[in-house]
Amino acid sequence: MNNIQNVSRRRFLKGSFVAGTFVLGARLVPEPLWAAASSAAPVVFQPDIFLGIASDGTVTIVAHRSEMGCGSRTALPLVVADELDADWSKVKIDQAIGDPRYGDQDTDGSHSVRSYFDQMRQIGATARVMLITAAAKQWGVSGKECTTEPGFVVHKASARKLSYGGLAAAAAKLPVPKKEDVLLKKRSEWRYIGKDNALFDLPDIVTGKATFGMDANMPGMVYASIEHPPVLGQTIKSYDDKEALKIPGVKQTLTISPFKPPHQFQPLGGVAVIADHTWAAFQGRKALKIDWDASPNAVYNSDQFRKTLESTARQPGKVVRNVGDVDAAFAKGGKIIEAEYYTPHLAHASMEPPVAVAEYRDGKVLAWAPTQNPQAVQETIAGVMGIKKEDVTCHVTLLGGGFGRKSKPDQVAEAAVLSKQLGKPVKVVWSREDDIKFDFFHSVAAMYLKAAIGPDGKPTAWLQRTVYPPIGSTFDVNAKYADDEMGLGWNNLPFDIPNHRAENGPADAHVRIGWFRSVANIYHAFAIHSFADELANAANKDSVQYLLELIGPPRRVPLEYKPEEQDEAKRYPLDTARLRRVVEIVAEKSGWGKRPSGKGHGFGIAAHRSFLTYVATVVEVEVDGDGQVQIPNVWTAVDAGTVVAPDNVRNQFEGAANFAASLALLSEITVTNGVVNQGNFGDYKLIRMDRAARHTHVYVVESDAPPAGVGEPGVPPFAPALYNAVYAATGKRIREMPLSKTKLV
Amino acid sequence: MIRFKVNGTERTYDGDPQMPLLWYLRDIAGFTGTKFGCGMALCGACTVHQNGDAVRSCSVSMGEVDGTSITTIEGLSTKGLHPVQKAWMEIKVPQCGYCQTGQIMQAVALLNQNHNPSDQEIDAVMSGNLCRCGTYQRIRAAIHQAAKELA
Ligand code: FES
Ligand code: FES
Repeated sequence: MNNIQNVSRRRFLKGSFVAGTFVLGARLVPEPLWAAASSAAPVVFQPDIFLGIASDGTVTIVAHRSEMGCGSRTALPLVVADELDADWSKVKIDQAIGDPRYGDQDTDGSHSVRSYFDQMRQIGATARVMLITAAAKQWGVSGKECTTEPGFVVHKASARKLSYGGLAAAAAKLPVPKKEDVLLKKRSEWRYIGKDNALFDLPDIVTGKATFGMDANMPGMVYASIEHPPVLGQTIKSYDDKEALKIPGVKQTLTISPFKPPHQFQPLGGVAVIADHTWAAFQGRKALKIDWDASPNAVYNSDQFRKTLESTARQPGKVVRNVGDVDAAFAKGGKIIEAEYYTPHLAHASMEPPVAVAEYRDGKVLAWAPTQNPQAVQETIAGVMGIKKEDVTCHVTLLGGGFGRKSKPDQVAEAAVLSKQLGKPVKVVWSREDDIKFDFFHSVAAMYLKAAIGPDGKPTAWLQRTVYPPIGSTFDVNAKYADDEMGLGWNNLPFDIPNHRAENGPADAHVRIGWFRSVANIYHAFAIHSFADELANAANKDSVQYLLELIGPPRRVPLEYKPEEQDEAKRYPLDTARLRRVVEIVAEKSGWGKRPSGKGHGFGIAAHRSFLTYVATVVEVEVDGDGQVQIPNVWTAVDAGTVVAPDNVRNQFEGAANFAASLALLSEITVTNGVVNQGNFGDYKLIRMDRAARHTHVYVVESDAPPAGVGEPGVPPFAPALYNAVYAATGKRIREMPLSKTKLV
Repeated sequence: MIRFKVNGTERTYDGDPQMPLLWYLRDIAGFTGTKFGCGMALCGACTVHQNGDAVRSCSVSMGEVDGTSITTIEGLSTKGLHPVQKAWMEIKVPQCGYCQTGQIMQAVALLNQNHNPSDQEIDAVMSGNLCRCGTYQRIRAAIHQAAKELA
């Protein structure tokens, strides 16, 4: 069935879509959801509308996914525009509000393009066919004789053309053609897809006009800064705001109720200082005196917890993948190699801290927020305030970075709750300290690996165990196993090993745990690819050669898929030919083997498939006399299938190298008695220009395969490649992150 | 009464002189192109020019602004784009973009003082500006390109 509809024929429209505008909609979710939904949304945001062409030629395309720097807000409209043959300079993008009828809006998991590429093509192509039909009618010719060029329908035979704007009113009266009658462009006909287009918001960004969440405001709003309980789950025993109220600009203080477990995305609770501007609210906070109640999470000490995780990792865990019989193979002997790896908690630290503006009025909430997931804003606020989620309207601003933090909208709920108490709009601004101390942290993890290698140097058996507090703990207080995270580089080892077992051990969470760019792939790839390199050295083989042997011959790796993963499994089988190819590309481009490692200079490699994208990375390091590591070059090859915006892909992978350089070299969150020790960029360190990867060379494999992810897959292979390079340079095998904890000289 | 200029226009302020310039610009004067990132001169997102020098507006009090002239990203160029902004667009530096106004203001100040900076000189001046999206390589390339254009 065709899910595309000519909305302009049947509905009264306003806002961006004035009379005479040709408007196409598409229903991306099943029909029953439509029937159930209310029609309360303002007409501009009817959540099936994706495209409008006005009589002046302006093409409005709705972006229903968030923009946090990965380019989704540009890429999907660009796909529509290409199939429509629109003039990109006449395109305007409307950012959608949150509404389940848009389908999934949680901009995470690197899947905006992957999940919506086909739909967006279909919408653009359908509109193009209708404009051609309208022009053909007017000329009295057959549509088959007509073509398009950006913004125009052209009849070559008679050298006539009509603008899309001029045709909009006529096209608006036409029925939607059958899907079979809508021909998509051939790849060779794409004008925008696969070309180096700039981000839609680029001019606004460089002139300071771009509106981030931090820049959103509402008339009459006040500012709020919130003192959260230092330990997760603490409640207020008593507090004294006398000094706070003396600060000029501070108006009052209010309490926010603690969450009900599981905490999910609810506010943490605490004391809010309400003020005329952000600075007064921050100052007021400093003057508060709060006595907090006890919390069971005060037992949490990350140093001790590490020991617990490591000892769990030495014990058998839940089997998540089994091939052959590792135990029998180990019993047969061979050279046994064991290693343990450890990675700490991390904070997202997007440059824009959490922030939101919300107004509660007459039982409804209106919010503006830099959120990756406006539907989670609706659900969270509805849950916390006891209203219907249809009564929460969430507008999405640009995000000053997200990295997974902004899929969790606790700060938006804080603004809504405070607004109800105050009777006016409230802007909640988190300080950097709030951001770092009260994050949904990337999990701390311990991994144990064991292998037996045979006389040819190849492993006969490979056992791997991973242990970490799961993201599931955010939604279920009893969650101890990371079931949903095993697909993130743990139950899908792409190596050709006859006996293999992957396990997962239990762990408790004492801080909020959440998605962080590349998620569990980070520690899983770190352990697996450090270990692969250890085996290469034990076998006395070149690391690239050995890696290719481990990957083995081109084949589809048989994996177990859940029922809901079947479609994806068919479209995106784990294909070792593609993994081999990216390894071969970086080996060649980096001149692997041509320059010897040693004496403080070295190369390392790792290859990891995540978010359905194949990536191999070679990192070059220089270790100076003080043990400081510099990264002169990074070579990374990417096979992400069909790519919409190659220059943006290069930018994502250059950025991923630096995001990963931060966690590989510098960043660590530690916890003492339940309290996070770090608070700002002085103690939570991030890579800066002087130590960042100096040249990251990105090679995007040309491919006709369906599109895969690009926002996250660059991160996981980087750290193991860097650590392997450090080993090559110094002979020191470091098995924990960040590197700054180990003295290299 | 504190008197100063923002982007060439005279202004006065009679509030708390301890208030950082950043929050005056953002919350009171409405120049939201200047961003908040850390509040402690650790990230550079709030960089503006004071009498032509790059400063962290989160760490300059309104008292210290008295009698000086402030330029924000909004006032960088009165006619179209500054060559640094142009280079930023040509090289397609930004990802999320949040740090970039601070990066641009820092880069402009650098190029005003040093017309042809080396990589090391760029690193030394730009390392105070964090970019969590990791666009450093393009920032460096854009500064070299702007230097050429300005020469
Ligand atoms: S906000 Fe001023 S340096 Fe970070
Ligand atoms: S572009 Fe996102 S922080 Fe720099």
